[in-house]
Amino acid sequence: MRIEVDIRKTLRSRSREFRLDVAFVCNENLNVMFGASGAGKSVTLKAIAGLERPDAGRIAVNGRVLFDSAAGIDVPARHRGVGYLFQDYALFPHLSVEENIAFGLKPWWQRRPRHNVRRKVADLLEIFEIPTLGSAYPQQLSGGQRQRVALARALIRAPNVLLLDEPFAALDPMLRSRMRDELLNTQWLFKVPMLVITHDPDDVATLAESLLVLRDGRTLREVSLNGPPFRDDEGRPVTAEIRRLLAESRQLPDAATPAALRTADAVS
Amino acid sequence: MNPFSEDVLIPLFLSLKVAGWATVVAGFSGLSAAYLVAKVRFPGRELADAVLTLPMVMPPTVLGYYLLVLIGRRGVIGGWLDRELGISLVFTWQGAVVAAAVVSFPLIYKAARAAFEGVESQYEQAARVLGKSEWNVFFRVTLPLAWRGILAGMMLAFARALGEFGATLMVAGSLPGRTQTLSIAVYEAVQAGNDQVANFLVIVTSVVCVFILVASGYLLKPRYATA
Repeated sequence: MRIEVDIRKTLRSRSREFRLDVAFVCNENLNVMFGASGAGKSVTLKAIAGLERPDAGRIAVNGRVLFDSAAGIDVPARHRGVGYLFQDYALFPHLSVEENIAFGLKPWWQRRPRHNVRRKVADLLEIFEIPTLGSAYPQQLSGGQRQRVALARALIRAPNVLLLDEPFAALDPMLRSRMRDELLNTQWLFKVPMLVITHDPDDVATLAESLLVLRDGRTLREVSLNGPPFRDDEGRPVTAEIRRLLAESRQLPDAATPAALRTADAVS
Repeated sequence: MNPFSEDVLIPLFLSLKVAGWATVVAGFSGLSAAYLVAKVRFPGRELADAVLTLPMVMPPTVLGYYLLVLIGRRGVIGGWLDRELGISLVFTWQGAVVAAAVVSFPLIYKAARAAFEGVESQYEQAARVLGKSEWNVFFRVTLPLAWRGILAGMMLAFARALGEFGATLMVAGSLPGRTQTLSIAVYEAVQAGNDQVANFLVIVTSVVCVFILVASGYLLKPRYATA
C-alpha cells in the first residue's frame, strides 16, 4: 500500500487563516498521523477521501491518481474506493444496523439488498460479534458497537485503504484499549491498509507502524517504526522515542498556531 | 341547517382543492429554494432568504396587488400568458392557487431550510464515500432525515392556504362556486346576515385547522434523538 500526498490548502474564516501544506508517503499497513487538534489532520484525511478539495497538489493511492491540480484530475469521493470512519461514526440514524452496513452495496431501485449482499452483512455481523443487532438502530447501540458497525459498513465495499478519523475519541477511556486491539485484529483479518489520525500518544504506541507528525498544517516528521509489536527487549511498548518526538513537536515555536490565533480573537 | 347543503360543501371542496394545489406548488418551489439556500454558498444568500420570507410578513392585500401587477391581464407574466397561450389567471380558481401558494410559500421554505440545515453534513459525506451520487445522497440520506420537518412545514402551509383571504380576494375575487373559498364564504355569509351558514363554515374551518396543527406538532417532535 502506498498513499502519496502533497497538497496545499488555505482555509479562511472571519478572522483566521489556516494554511495546510503537507507532503508525505505512507507505505505501511498501519500508518498513524499524529498532531494536536487544529494541526490539519482532519482536512488532510478528508482531502484523501475526496470530501475536501485542496487548492493545489497531488494525491495518489497505490499509484492511482485521485487528485492532481496540475493535470486537472479530481476523482469524486464516490469513485475513490476509499473507506472512511468518521469520528462519531456517522451511522445513518434512519436506517437499521443491517441497512447501514448494506448501504454502500444497495442500489436505490432495490427495496432489499441482493442475497449475496445480505449474506455479506450477516458474515460481518458475525465477525464483529454483533450477530443479534442487525435490526437495531444506531441510537440503541453502545459506543463500541457503533464503531464495529461503522467498520463493517466501510469494509463491505472492500476499500483500497481505510481512513480513520480519531476512531477512539468518542469512546470512554476504559473501552479504548480494547477497541485498539480490535482494530489491530480487523487490520490483520481484512488486510486493509489503514491511515489513522489521532492526538492520543497511546494510539501511536499501540497502532503505529509508521508515524507522521503534523503541526500547524505542516508535516513535521515521518518515522517508520519497523512494524509491530512495538516493544523493546523487555516487552514494554516502545513509547519513549515516540513520546520524545511528540514532546519535541509541541515545543517548536510558531507564532501562527491556531491556539495563538484563538487567543488573538479573544483579545480583539 | 343541513351540513351537506351546497352553501357549505361547494366552498369547502373548492378550498381543499385550492389549498391542496397551492401546497404542491409551494412545496416544490419551497423545497428547491430551501435546498439551494441551505446547501449552496453564494453571494447574497441572506438577502435571498429575506426576499423568500417576505410573503410571511407582508399584508396579503399588498401581495395580492403585486400578484395583479404580475399576472393580471396587463401584467408582465399575465400579459404574456394571455397573448401566447390565451390563459388568464385573474378571477379563476387557478389564480386563487397562485395567491395561496405565494402566501404559504415561506412556511414551507422556512421549515425545509431548517430541516436541511439540521441534517449533519457528516451523513451526506458518509454516503458519498460509500459510493453514492449526489441524487442518491439527497433521496436516501438528506430527504429522509429532513422529511419530518418538511412535512410539518407543508401541513402548516396547507392550513395557511386553506385560510387565505386577502390575496385570494384580490386576485380571484369572490365568485360563488368558482373562486369563493371557505374564508371568503364566511365573510360573504356574515355580510349577508346568514348566521347559520357562517356558524357552520367557521366550525368546519376550525376543526380542519386544529387537526392540522395537532398532526404537525406530532411530526415536529424529534425522533432520532441520540441516547
